Amino acid sequence: MLDISFAYSRYIFLGNEFLTWLWFIVENDGERLNKIEEELVSLNIGNRIVLENKINDAVETITILGDDAGLEEGIISLGKGAVVTEINLLYKSGDNEWRFTIKGESMNISNLKIPETAIVESSEEIEGMVLEKAYLYEKVTKLIDNLFREFIKLRVSGKWSESVVPGIRKWIYSQKNDL
Amino acid sequence: MGFLSSTVSMARYKIDGKFEEQILETVAEGLKKNMISEIDGKPVDKAVGWTSFEKPFKPDFEGSSFSIGAYLIFSMRMDKKIIPPKIIKKHVAVESAKLLAASGRDYLSKNEKTAIKDRVINALILRIPATPNIYDIFWNYEDAEIWFFSSLKSANEEFETLFARSFNLTPIRLFPYTMAELTAGLTNAQRDALSNISSTKFAK
Repeated sequence: MLDISFAYSRYIFLGNEFLTWLWFIVENDGERLNKIEEELVSLNIGNRIVLENKINDAVETITILGDDAGLEEGIISLGKGAVVTEINLLYKSGDNEWRFTIKGESMNISNLKIPETAIVESSEEIEGMVLEKAYLYEKVTKLIDNLFREFIKLRVSGKWSESVVPGIRKWIYSQKNDL
Repeated sequence: MGFLSSTVSMARYKIDGKFEEQILETVAEGLKKNMISEIDGKPVDKAVGWTSFEKPFKPDFEGSSFSIGAYLIFSMRMDKKIIPPKIIKKHVAVESAKLLAASGRDYLSKNEKTAIKDRVINALILRIPATPNIYDIFWNYEDAEIWFFSSLKSANEEFETLFARSFNLTPIRLFPYTMAELTAGLTNAQRDALSNISSTKFAK
């Protein structure tokens, strides 16, 4: 394995490509999502997407916020060469719902809101609460791992340039033309 | 935003290595040796150490209190004394005026100014209480994975240092490259391909 700090910089694009691919999959390939996560009811874009476009030495950042925000600006930015650097997702499994944001560069999970758990009224109940919350957090970490595993296997294969990237381009430009 | 908060942030780590034996005893020893020490009233401006998840201001690692089911849960506490620069400036001005009056001179040398500033900071550090920050840690020992409940860079760096010092194990931060290497189950051929990839242009 490479030196960690070198690898962080060398592969800084990888997480952003993952999130860009993920947006494409969420919009276009529900069947694949159901194969990746069998218990999935739905996975949707939440209330925040951040994109970045590097033009020469300048970085243009586009942030789309709000529950009902249109994502047209994001599509236009993708068409201009931007990639997704941060995405908020709404994940439903069974009767439960999770919301969280993933940052492409670090894969940090932020603003993670899990389904409601019982209120702890005594210290004896903390143990049960910890186990319940751990299970609910793990649903998200496992989902991210499974999605990333699917992505990275495609990314290092010939399929990436042969069919995945052309598919993403087709989506971007068909959306752009509809605007 | 700790483990029990309604909204959390987390960074994930894979742990390189395992203990030879007696997991709970070894963890307890590492936690006790590097437990947070109180710095209020002491000439120290920062302390970082482990504390209990349930009682962060009364750390106690006796009786495997940090173990729940198959998991280990404890916290890192970072106490810092923050003196506002304007307070330092005020006290330096007062002390400088006193010294000038006592010496009958119109100016102070650079060394004298530095000495006054150091004295002021040391005196204030003794008086000012430390501000504690608590970060929860959830360790799935079997899966060699840790969730650190903060994405703050400085807190993560302190955690990595403290963890390695306490347990002689290396926490490897999970970011895209390390996830590809450690959690994605790539074959050797896929790893080779990974070493050669460069960024994709999605736009035409």
